[in-house]
Amino acid sequence: MDVFGSFALLLAFLCAGYAFVGGIAAIRTRHPLLVKSARQAGIAACGLIFLATGSLVYLFFSDSYWVSYVVSHSNRDLATFYKIAALWSGQEGSLLFWSFLLAIYVISVLLVYRNKNGELMPYVGVVLAGVQIFFLTLNNFVANPFKVLASPGANGALEIFTRADGNGLTPLLQYPEMVIHPPNLYSGYTGFTIPFAFALGALLARYPGEKWIHLTRKWTMIAWCFQTMGILLGAHWAYAVLGWGGYWGWDPVENASLLPWLTGTAFLHSVMMQEKRGMMKVWNVWLVFTTFMLCILGTLLTRSGVVSSVHAFAQSSIGNYFVGFLLLVFAVCLVAYVKNRDYLKSENQLDSMVSRESSFLFNNLILLVSCIAVLSGTLFPVFSEWFSSSRISVGAPFFNKVNIPIGLILLFLTGVGPLLAWRKTSTDSLKRNFGWPVVVALIAGVVVFVLGVREFFSLVCLTLCVFVTSTIGMEFFRGARVIRSRSGASLLASAVDLTMRNTRRYGGYIVHMGMVLIFVGLAGAAFNRDTQKDMQSGSTLDIGQYRLLLQGFDSKAEKNYTSERMIVEVWRDNKPLMMLYPERRFFQTNEQSGTMVAIYSTLREDLYIVYAGENPETRQPVIHAYLNPLVKWIWLGGLVVVLGTLVTLLPNRRAVLVLAGAPEGARVQQPSAQTLAPSIALREGHD
Amino acid sequence: MQRRTKFGIGIGIIVVSMGFLAWLGYGESKTYYHTIAELQTLHGTARAHRLRVGGTVEPGTIKRLSGRVNFVLAGEGKLLPVSYVGSEPLPDTFVDKSQALVEGSLGNDGSFVAEHVQAKCASKYEAAPGGDRKPDSAKASTM
Repeated sequence: MDVFGSFALLLAFLCAGYAFVGGIAAIRTRHPLLVKSARQAGIAACGLIFLATGSLVYLFFSDSYWVSYVVSHSNRDLATFYKIAALWSGQEGSLLFWSFLLAIYVISVLLVYRNKNGELMPYVGVVLAGVQIFFLTLNNFVANPFKVLASPGANGALEIFTRADGNGLTPLLQYPEMVIHPPNLYSGYTGFTIPFAFALGALLARYPGEKWIHLTRKWTMIAWCFQTMGILLGAHWAYAVLGWGGYWGWDPVENASLLPWLTGTAFLHSVMMQEKRGMMKVWNVWLVFTTFMLCILGTLLTRSGVVSSVHAFAQSSIGNYFVGFLLLVFAVCLVAYVKNRDYLKSENQLDSMVSRESSFLFNNLILLVSCIAVLSGTLFPVFSEWFSSSRISVGAPFFNKVNIPIGLILLFLTGVGPLLAWRKTSTDSLKRNFGWPVVVALIAGVVVFVLGVREFFSLVCLTLCVFVTSTIGMEFFRGARVIRSRSGASLLASAVDLTMRNTRRYGGYIVHMGMVLIFVGLAGAAFNRDTQKDMQSGSTLDIGQYRLLLQGFDSKAEKNYTSERMIVEVWRDNKPLMMLYPERRFFQTNEQSGTMVAIYSTLREDLYIVYAGENPETRQPVIHAYLNPLVKWIWLGGLVVVLGTLVTLLPNRRAVLVLAGAPEGARVQQPSAQTLAPSIALREGHD
Repeated sequence: MQRRTKFGIGIGIIVVSMGFLAWLGYGESKTYYHTIAELQTLHGTARAHRLRVGGTVEPGTIKRLSGRVNFVLAGEGKLLPVSYVGSEPLPDTFVDKSQALVEGSLGNDGSFVAEHVQAKCASKYEAAPGGDRKPDSAKASTM
């Protein structure tokens, strides 16, 4: 199977090569047969990558301990579930996994548009093949996952040998999130290749109009959604597994995943300016180029450890290939842009500070500033070594100082932007749209202050959350009220109907609502508490309104590890509430241990208990307990974001009730009094 | 006022204030990487910086005392006594011969006072994929 996989990878490389060269020839000659063969080579390359990935999975499941990668990342007792995760737990496998996910996107694009957009698709195919060639080069020649164990035999020739068992998977990865988090994040990273390929293809082809934006919107949303889920699942994994009580540490690898998310979010917003007003064309093209390059950079940072490692820790040579590829991509983008920049002339100019355009402009500016701050902070050790003799790193205070205010401004814009009109907003409409939300938010702010929230940023954050929620709520309410007045359905049913008629706009609001929930959760971080205590059976520890009573210990031998648990009874207000079992696991195969945190999570706060090991002096076990307010809101918000994104991907339902039979022109030019008020049909909303 | 000027001023205010905040944050959290050998050549203000040093834990030197853990890091043939005073529990991977990265400052006696310790097991395994999060105390597997 290892030979089969290797061979499939090599063939995939050749096919991608043909798709690239043949594609360029097809563009030059416009020969239909060449166009077709290049496309089919692209499809074949994807199929071969699937086969290669399948054979690596097979090698894991068949316990093939003559393949070096399988030996390093699996063992016989490893649960089936984690044998899948083992696929991407190391360098070679995760690069193959990158190719695999990219192949899913590429084959979908090639098949979906096989008979459409004949002018554009050959260019897109060439760009996609180019990206695939890079990763297949790594898969084949730099980090081949199918390497076998071999040693020189008696006659000096290499002989393959088989190990009895593998080294096992890192305990940190033996956790359910680790099975879904990397695929999500990688689907995000790879997914941005599609809008990138369309943008670059359209630029090279000088493809008229904003068609590439319409074509890629769904792909961008999908990639963005995966990226969001990947980041949040990673945060949740860090929270539930690492046992330090937090979910985000501004670690280089975390930052790497945030960077393309920031520019991707900016792109999702600024393309609307191009769709509606024909503005920001250059900006959009560069945003999507940058997003793709940041995805590559993210993979580079994750894979090479170029930043987190210091001199003492070995660095991987894979980084050079990525840096080379990044430079190449940048050069190609730059040349394509310089040659075709006249094609990107803006059709309109900004009219007013208080307009939808300017809110998008500031949204983009803010996201970009945040991106630059995070990027420079992450790469600071590298740059400081270039420019001075010392290697300097910056920590959480640097990132927080910049990103907290940025987050709050963004939150504010989330509430304001969608309700501003294009071109210019009148004072009257400002009053109508924002009067109530401002009043409600101010009252909420006072209430929160009286309840004891004195932390400045948290107070502002919660107030803004209420503000944004009420603007969004008002939008749904107004639209639903009109539908109800016609259909007589309940307000809730009308709101659903409203959403389905303009999925893009109202789905967008749902995504915004999810972000608000996430911000509520983040605001809680200012009030985290923790305490640590030596415990013996029968002793108690108080934190907040909770009392923890240690009843005892038990230990259990599992297939792949032995676990030692604390049996903790949780009391609240002098009443027993529940049992929690913080755990330590010892993995025999690789002689490592892992922590399993026990969490009691409510909307109000998380009670988070870590079995922190043994106090070496007293020989007593130590409990580290945390009380983290509002954390659950972050995960809930994530779910809402995903739900909203799914809604935006649905096609609009026809507005049969209101507009049936109305001629196209009449609908726009002579709106009835009723449609005008909340103007679902007329106002160009968040869509 | 011209519209362009207005936008320019708005953008300028944002960029300048963010730059200022970044500068504040930088001053608060900048940390210098050094090797153990370089530490001994530092003079004056350089000794007062926040420092980050990597090395291998000398076997048998880990001594757990109350409120602190003492150990010795070795690198390039030099030794550095370290006293870890942080509140986080030491990572599970912190054992004899593991590669460790300590962050803190130099004491007057030439020993190192660490507030954070990251460690990587001597046994060979690779970094986790994707966005694996390794906040301070648990940077174990990425390095």
